[in-house]
Amino acid sequence: MFKYILKRIGISILILLGVSMILYALLRCMPADFIESKIANLAQTGITVSEEFVKEMYRSYGLDGSILQGYFTWLGNVLRLDFGTSFINHRPVLSEIFNADRIGTSFFVAAIATVFEFLIAIPLGVTAATHQYSFRDYLVTVLVLIGISLPSFFFGQMLKNLFANKLGWFPVSGMKDPNINYTNKFMEISDFLKHMFLPILTVVILSIGSRMRMTRTNMLEVLNADYIRTARAKGLKESKVIYKHAFRNTMIPLVTSLAGLIPSLFSGAMITESVFDLTGIGSYALNAMTQGDIPVIMTYNMFLAVLSVIGVLLADLMYAVVDPRVKLA
Amino acid sequence: MEEEKILEQEVLDEDLSVDTDKPLDKNIKLMSPGRMVVRRFLRSKLSIAGLIMLIALFAFCWLGPVFYNEWGETDSDRTGAKDYFTYDVTDEAGNEFVQIVVSGNDINKLADPSSTHFLGTDEAGMDIFARLMYGGRRSLMISFLAVFLTSALGIIMGGLAGYYGGIVDNIIMRICDIFMCLPTLPLMLILGTVLEAIGVRSEYYIYVLMGLLSLFSWTGMARLVRGQILFLREQEYMVAAEAMGFSTPRKIFKHLIPNILPQILVSMTLSLGSMILYESTLSYLNLGVPAPLSSWGTMVEIISKRNDILQNHFNVWGPPGICIFIAVLGFNFIGDGLRDALDPKQRR
Repeated sequence: MFKYILKRIGISILILLGVSMILYALLRCMPADFIESKIANLAQTGITVSEEFVKEMYRSYGLDGSILQGYFTWLGNVLRLDFGTSFINHRPVLSEIFNADRIGTSFFVAAIATVFEFLIAIPLGVTAATHQYSFRDYLVTVLVLIGISLPSFFFGQMLKNLFANKLGWFPVSGMKDPNINYTNKFMEISDFLKHMFLPILTVVILSIGSRMRMTRTNMLEVLNADYIRTARAKGLKESKVIYKHAFRNTMIPLVTSLAGLIPSLFSGAMITESVFDLTGIGSYALNAMTQGDIPVIMTYNMFLAVLSVIGVLLADLMYAVVDPRVKLA
Repeated sequence: MEEEKILEQEVLDEDLSVDTDKPLDKNIKLMSPGRMVVRRFLRSKLSIAGLIMLIALFAFCWLGPVFYNEWGETDSDRTGAKDYFTYDVTDEAGNEFVQIVVSGNDINKLADPSSTHFLGTDEAGMDIFARLMYGGRRSLMISFLAVFLTSALGIIMGGLAGYYGGIVDNIIMRICDIFMCLPTLPLMLILGTVLEAIGVRSEYYIYVLMGLLSLFSWTGMARLVRGQILFLREQEYMVAAEAMGFSTPRKIFKHLIPNILPQILVSMTLSLGSMILYESTLSYLNLGVPAPLSSWGTMVEIISKRNDILQNHFNVWGPPGICIFIAVLGFNFIGDGLRDALDPKQRR
């Protein structure tokens, strides 16, 4: 087991190296718009820009030299936990991303959404499976397939337009209302939750489908198993058959998929966050990408890659923990 | 199991009344597995609904312009009323008079739905109903091309990995691992700016981007094909094929591929939906076809810039969004129905 984990971690590091090479090479191919526009700005204010100064600019941002050279400089810095500073506001990237405003917001939205997703999807999946081919099964299937099929930007904007602009039940966008002076903590929290409601609703509806489908498929498979027939033949009550014998066995893939959720918990929903103007990590990265802020983009994407590597590894480990039949080798 | 050859037996419900004059086996109707799949597929109401939705959409996009030909994709309606502004002016001598300013902009923009424009016009005075058709052609075509490219790559890579195993398998699977860790949407955004840097014309952005997306997203299909081939290679009929000395191409194309085809088909149908979503999301993020040309995603994109259109002109951004939704839903219904129909464990 221990050896297996070590081996997997070794492979993961190799994967991450490959990912970082591809990302870095691509990023260096991006137009150096940022520095050029900066120089253009300086030139406009009347400062004469010398050749040396331009070179110095490129050097200070680490963009001189070849891609290969730049990559190894970047790698060396990362190994010393130096992820560079943002081109835009010159603050260290790590503290820019990992603070309560950015990753905190994204995590909050994703965590609440995930809880609701599980609470709604699992019962729906179970009823759909136990009443296979009934009206209920069709209804649930159609509803969740509708959820999967909605384009996130369209659905988000529609909810925003309906519930915020037209009905005025919820604030249109942003994180808090600038016009309210909070007199107590409760008001602050309730205002925050009001702003979070629509983004969370969007994420839940869009993601409920795949989880429900998964529950239904697993449940159907288990319900066809021999031991379920045996349980019924023993004369057990149907509720006991389903909730004690069948449901527990459908938990295996569900628990495993829990580990696979780790990336989505922290990565931030790019589109949803930008639709509702949340300050989460997704919309921050989207901004960085349109402005060519290389250190931020690089760190964000590597962060996502690390998360997905961890997610896969944990999912495999969880599988062995939950299901005693699985042996890791 | 030599599929295809051995006909699977299925007793049809209506044949349950046994005709005692005939021998027993004459009372059983034989069906080929292929026919059983078609029957099961057509029995599911959802797959029929999906088929109808997609046929309607395709007819709308490709045949629609034949009947609704008054407006082209990029024709602006120039019949709009000129804008008049009147001001009360008093000159230095104290004479009061009225000044009328006529603005020359005669574009009939943001018109409401009417008999000349079924769905009104957009902010440049172009007919939305017509743009919906031409945009749909583009969106659907792009998604189909992307899915075929992805699947071809995935089948070849997965087939190589599964059939040859060993070092080939190892290399391909490690590439898969790396590609799976690349975050798709950020990657596409980065590639979008790279395209700009190397001077690709903006009309071609979305085509190139979707092509690149296929280059990075074949991993799922490759894993599916590889897993299936690994499983099938161990089956008795493959050992028999080996023992009879069949050539490698014959083993691959006659015995392996037909057995994986169902899974490939299901996965392709489902990924058609997700490709349409990707195309529209990229268009929404301003990487789609540029303004006068249309695609469904580009048509929705306007609301990320113009809040007044979002609030007051649902006829501008609603229909393309609904079209995207119907197309994706249709493909999902069909994919779901196919998966159920192709599942040999299903008995219905």
